[in-house]
Amino acid sequence: MYTSADLKKGLKVVIDGDPYVVTVFDFSKPGKGQALYRTKLRNMITGIAIERTYRPGDTFEPALLEEREMQYLYKEEHIYHFMDNQTYEQITITEEALGETNHYLKENLNVKVLLFTDKAIGVDLPNFVNLRVIKTDLWVKGDTSGSDSKPATVETGYVLRIPPFVQEGELITIDTRTGEYSTRVKE
Amino acid sequence: MAKNWTLVKRQGALRARANIVQAIRLFFIHEGYFEVETPHRIPAPAPESHIDAVPSGSWFLHTSPELCMKRLLAAGYEKIFQICRCWREGERGSQHTPEFTLLEWYRANSDYLGLMEECEALIPRVASTLGLREMLRFRGQTIELSPPWERISVEDAFQRYAHIPMKKALAEHRFDEIMVEEIEPHLGRSKPAFLYDYPGERAALARLKKEDPSLAERFELYIGGLELANAFSELIDAKEQRNRFLSEQAHRRSLSKRSYPLPEKFLEELESMPPAAGIALGVDRLVMVLLDGDTIDDVVAFTPEEL
Repeated sequence: MYTSADLKKGLKVVIDGDPYVVTVFDFSKPGKGQALYRTKLRNMITGIAIERTYRPGDTFEPALLEEREMQYLYKEEHIYHFMDNQTYEQITITEEALGETNHYLKENLNVKVLLFTDKAIGVDLPNFVNLRVIKTDLWVKGDTSGSDSKPATVETGYVLRIPPFVQEGELITIDTRTGEYSTRVKE
Repeated sequence: MAKNWTLVKRQGALRARANIVQAIRLFFIHEGYFEVETPHRIPAPAPESHIDAVPSGSWFLHTSPELCMKRLLAAGYEKIFQICRCWREGERGSQHTPEFTLLEWYRANSDYLGLMEECEALIPRVASTLGLREMLRFRGQTIELSPPWERISVEDAFQRYAHIPMKKALAEHRFDEIMVEEIEPHLGRSKPAFLYDYPGERAALARLKKEDPSLAERFELYIGGLELANAFSELIDAKEQRNRFLSEQAHRRSLSKRSYPLPEKFLEELESMPPAAGIALGVDRLVMVLLDGDTIDDVVAFTPEEL
């Protein structure tokens, strides 16, 4: 059990059965009065942010999250299938729970799957992933239209802007933290 | 070794802080006060419900120099001040560090109204040594320092800013919560403000008002929503003081907090203390206000996390 004195940014606790992470924390105390612990928390399943104020002596159940190395296998309807690299056990995660991380899920990609009470609630991606451009406009050498980027679709279906010189069929590195083009991969 | 850039960047603030402390000393010396030093490590801190002392062996680090300074008053020291480090367990936030600097001053034959006037003289004087004239900028607010400052009673502040009256807040045990969330942000926004006349049970060492013994002669000074100082007309009735300590002790027990021995020597000598007023002002917070610092971390050499 945690008490309000343990509250700090990054602490993970259970509220109404869901795991939450503390995103903003401050201690305040009116002169000679009782301490108040003011927090903002994010629901780790739905992503919804809430504000809560706690008093001394309030207690919290720690949200015990397990992280397991898994490989992304395939997608069926809106369900994503993963395999535990150690046990070969297979699990599924819904598109909803994945949120934007599904932009980067390419078959055989290794990710860290977060589990809460044995239920997968999301994945932690590597900071950079390589994906192939499957659709983009042709670049005409000597084009002086001044445009410094163009739209492109990568093999996962994700659409982003890339520099004009990158051609269809090329492999690019994307920063998963920003969703932006990083470099072209030489093959 | 790599240079610590946090410390490199803080140098300007710490130099200004040194000037502020120097200016405080000069002010009090000029006003005929003398500076005292009392022990930081004491056997019996004042039992207060919501202030926790850090144990040090079988004794404690003081949470304020109040009891020792009042013993000096009782021995006839009429105008004294002290600038010292104090410790309060578990207090860490954007406006708190568990070790911090307090300025306390006491004056015999004065009361809390006299202290308000001294605050109105002290802070503009200190600000002027930093080149601040009558205005200061703090958290996007422009605050005028020239006296007289705003004075608002706790009851009126509840009336004006809170969604329920003070008596109801007390009955529902929501006084502190409403103070922090609904009232404090409004206090001292265009001029510093004195929030005065607290409910008697919120002032363990203050004298009750003759006209209305449900209220205590206590005030807090706010600048730009930040609480800077706490002051009382001091309680000098030793018997009543003992009773108040006992009830604070009982309250601490009900909250399963550590109990302290009663400060017997203080209670004994309180009998000979003249009517007096005393105030504790947070020096770190004064520096924050004068330098427009966002958090207390901006104005201390090291936060506990940096040690």
